[in-house]
Amino acid sequence: MIDDPAIQVRNLSVHYGKVAALRNVSAVVPRNMITAVIGPSGCGKTTLLKSMNRLLEIYGDVKVTGEVIVDGVNVYGDDVEVTELRRKVGLITQTPNPLPMSIYDNVAYGPKIHGNGGTEKLNQLVEHCLRSAGLWDEVEDRLKEPAANLSIGQQQRLNLARVLSVEPEVLLCDEPTSSLDPVSAGRIEELLRRLSVDYTIIMVTHTLRQARRLSDYAVFMYMGELVEQCYADKFFQEPEDPRTREYIEGIYG
Amino acid sequence: MDRGRVDRYSYRVMRGLTLVSVSLVFVIASMLFLKSLPILRSVFILDLLFDSSWFPLRGEFGFYPFIVGTTVVTVTVMALACPVCVLSAIYLSEYASPRVRGVVKPLIDLLAGIPSVIFGLWGVSYVVPVVRDRVAPWFDASTTGYCVLSAGVVLAIMVFPIIISVSEEVLRAVPFESRESSLVLGATRWETVKHVVMRRASTGILSAVLLGFSRAFGETMAVLMVVGNTAQVPGSLFEAGYTLPSLIANNYGEMMSLPLYDSALMFAALTLMVLVGGFSLLARVTQRRITRWTS
Amino acid sequence: MDKLGWRRMEERVFLALMSGSILVVVGSLLSMFLTVLGKGMGALSLAMVTQPPRGGYYLGKEGGVLNAIVGSLYLATGSTVLSALVSLPIAIYLYEYAGESRRTSYTRRLLDALCGVPSIVYGAFAFTVMIYLRMRASLLWGILTVTLFEFPLMTRGMDEVLRTVPNRLRETAFSLGSTRFEAATRVVLRQAMPGILTTVLVGFGRAIGDAAAVLLTAGYTDNIPSSLMDPVATLPLAVFFQLSTPIPEVQQRAYASGIILLLMVLGLSVFSRWSSKRLMRYVVR
Repeated sequence: MIDDPAIQVRNLSVHYGKVAALRNVSAVVPRNMITAVIGPSGCGKTTLLKSMNRLLEIYGDVKVTGEVIVDGVNVYGDDVEVTELRRKVGLITQTPNPLPMSIYDNVAYGPKIHGNGGTEKLNQLVEHCLRSAGLWDEVEDRLKEPAANLSIGQQQRLNLARVLSVEPEVLLCDEPTSSLDPVSAGRIEELLRRLSVDYTIIMVTHTLRQARRLSDYAVFMYMGELVEQCYADKFFQEPEDPRTREYIEGIYG
Repeated sequence: MDRGRVDRYSYRVMRGLTLVSVSLVFVIASMLFLKSLPILRSVFILDLLFDSSWFPLRGEFGFYPFIVGTTVVTVTVMALACPVCVLSAIYLSEYASPRVRGVVKPLIDLLAGIPSVIFGLWGVSYVVPVVRDRVAPWFDASTTGYCVLSAGVVLAIMVFPIIISVSEEVLRAVPFESRESSLVLGATRWETVKHVVMRRASTGILSAVLLGFSRAFGETMAVLMVVGNTAQVPGSLFEAGYTLPSLIANNYGEMMSLPLYDSALMFAALTLMVLVGGFSLLARVTQRRITRWTS
Repeated sequence: MDKLGWRRMEERVFLALMSGSILVVVGSLLSMFLTVLGKGMGALSLAMVTQPPRGGYYLGKEGGVLNAIVGSLYLATGSTVLSALVSLPIAIYLYEYAGESRRTSYTRRLLDALCGVPSIVYGAFAFTVMIYLRMRASLLWGILTVTLFEFPLMTRGMDEVLRTVPNRLRETAFSLGSTRFEAATRVVLRQAMPGILTTVLVGFGRAIGDAAAVLLTAGYTDNIPSSLMDPVATLPLAVFFQLSTPIPEVQQRAYASGIILLLMVLGLSVFSRWSSKRLMRYVVR
C-alpha cells in the first residue's frame, strides 16, 4: 500500500444542485509520481480534480461532503486558508487561459500576490519557471509582449510556468494536452515527466495511450464513482474490476 | 492574513455602497412624497389629477393638462419612432452589407451622444417652421409650430439611437441556425425575419422600445423648447401643450413665492417618477407574458 | 400574380420601407448638423471660446462663453470622477461578491429603476435637499446632482462590461491562489478596462450635455467659478439662455455655443474610441 500519500480523498461526494457528480469517492494519491485519472466523459474526473484545490466553490450551488486531506489536513475543514491551499495545489487547465497581461506579468502574477516581491527575485523566478516549462528560449527577448500573442502550444507552456511560479507541491492537470497539436503535446508530456521527480502530478486524461505513456499510478472513474486504483503496470495488465477491463479494451469510452 | 483582511474590508465597503445606492430610490420617492403632502392634503387627489385648470395664482392646481400633455407627446414619439427604428434595426442586422453597417452604426452612436439642447436648437430652427408652414396647412390646421407634434418629432429623433442599437443587438443575437431552418424550406429572407427572427427577438425589441419610452417620458430640455408650454389639454397634435418635466423646469424659480406651489411641483416630480416606474413594471410583466407565449 | 410573386413583392415593399427608415435616421442627423452649423457659423469666433461674457453680452455686446465652457468641464469632471468612484465598487461587488441570488437580481432591478428616473426628478430632489440645508445653487450642488443622475447609468454599463469577461479568467486567477479582491481587480478589471473606460467617457459626455439636473442646482453666472460654492454656468444652459433673448445676434451666438458643445462631445467620442483601442493590447480574446 502507499505510505506517505500526498493526497487522500475520503468519502467525497459532490452535488451540482440535485445532480450527483461524485459519489462517495475514496482515493489515495502517491507522492512525486504521475497519477492518471481515467474514465469516459462525464464520469467526474474534472470534478474530482477541482475538489482538491477547492475550485468548485467559485461556482454557485455546489455541495461537497467528505474529506480531502493534503499533508494531514482536511482542506474542507474550518480555518483552512483557501488561497494558500490553491498555491500549494496548482491547477493546469485544458485551455491555456493566458491572463490579460504581458508574458512576464503572467508568470509574475502568482508570486506578486503571495508577496514574493522584489524585482531581482522576481526576474530570477520568472526566468527559472520559464526554463522549467521549456519556454524561456522562445520568449526571453519579448517578455513584455501580450501573452495572447503566443501560439497555443506556447501558451500552454506559459500556463505551466505560471503555476510553477507559486512553488506548489502538487500539480493538478486537467487534460493538459487535448487542445494541442501532437508536437506541442509531446513537449508538455516530456516536461511533466521531468517535473514528476519533484512534484506530485495528478493528470486527468481521456486517452488511454497517454495514460499508458505517462502514469505511474492510475485511478479509474465511472459515472461518478471510483472503480479501481492501483499502480500503473498492474492497472493496465491485470485490472481487477470488469468495468476497468472493458474500458481498457476499448469496449466503451 | 493581510490579504484576507483587504478582501473582507473591500467586501464590506462595496456592499455598503451598493446598499446605500439602491436605497436611493426609496429615499427620493419618500422625500418627494413628503413634500407633496401639503397639496395632497388640501386638494383631493382625484381632483388634483383630473382637473384641467392650472392657475397657481388662484391656488388652482389641476394636473390634467400636464399628464395628458406628457402622455400625448410620448405616444406621438413612440408612434413615430417605433416603425422607423424597428425597420432600421432589421435592415442593419439582416440586410445591410458590412460596409453600410460600418458607416451607419457609428453615425447612430454619434446621435446617441448629442445633448438635448442641440435637439432643441434643431427643433426651434427647423422642425417648428416646417410644422407651421408645411405640415399643418396640409391638414388644414394652423399653428405657431410650437406644438405637441414638434415635440414628438424632436423627441423621436432623440430616442432613435437607443431603440435601434438595442434592437439590432437583439436581432443579431438570434442564432444563425434559426434562420437557416426557415431558409432551407424555401422562405424568403423577409419571411424568415417576419416569422422566425422577430419571434425570438420580440422581448428584446420590446425592452428596447421601453428604454426609448422612458427616455422620452422624462426628457426636459428639448421638449421645453418646442412644445409651446401652454397649460391646456391639447385638442390636436397641432396645439401647444405642456409636459410634467417642462412644468418643473420652467417654474422651479417661483416655487417659493406662492403658497402650495412648491408642493405642487414636487407632486409633479413624484407623479413623473411613479408613471415611469409603473410603466417599467408593466413592461416587465408584459415581457414575461410574451416569453411564455412564444416559447 | 402568383403566390411567389406576391411574396417577392412583399419583401420589396418592406425593403423600401427599411431603406427609407435608415434614410430618415441618417437624414435627421445630417439635418441637425447642417442647421446648427448654418445658423451658428457666423457668430463662431475665437472670442466666443476664449472670453467670458462682458457687460452687455446678452444685449449683443462683446464676450464669449468661456464661463460656460470651463464651467461645464469642471462640473462634468467632478461628477464623472465621483460617479466612477461609486460605480466601479458596486459593479465589482455585483460581479464577484454578490453571486446569483434573488437578492442580487432585486438589487439590479433597483439600479435599473434608478437609471429610469428622469434627470429633472433628480434635479427636483437635489433642489429640495439644497433648500432644506439652506444652501445656494453652486458648483458643488451641480456636481452632486449630476452624479446622482450619472452613476446608475455608469454602474449598469460597467456591470454589462464585467459580465462579458470570460469566466475562465476568473478561474485561472483563483487557481493561482488569488483572493476575490485580487482576482477582481488585477485580472477581471484588466480584461474589462477598454469597456470600463468607454463607459466612463460616455458618462462624461452625458454630464456635459445635461441641462435638466443642473438647471435647478448649479445656478448660472458670467464668471468662472473659483470655488466649489460659487455658482457655475454650463454650456447647455448657456445655449438655452442665449436662445431665449429677443436679440438676433445673441440668438445666433446660441447656435455658435451649440457648435462648441457639439465639437466637445464629438471630440470626446473620438478620444474614447482611440483610447480604448490603445487599452486592447493585453486583452485576451
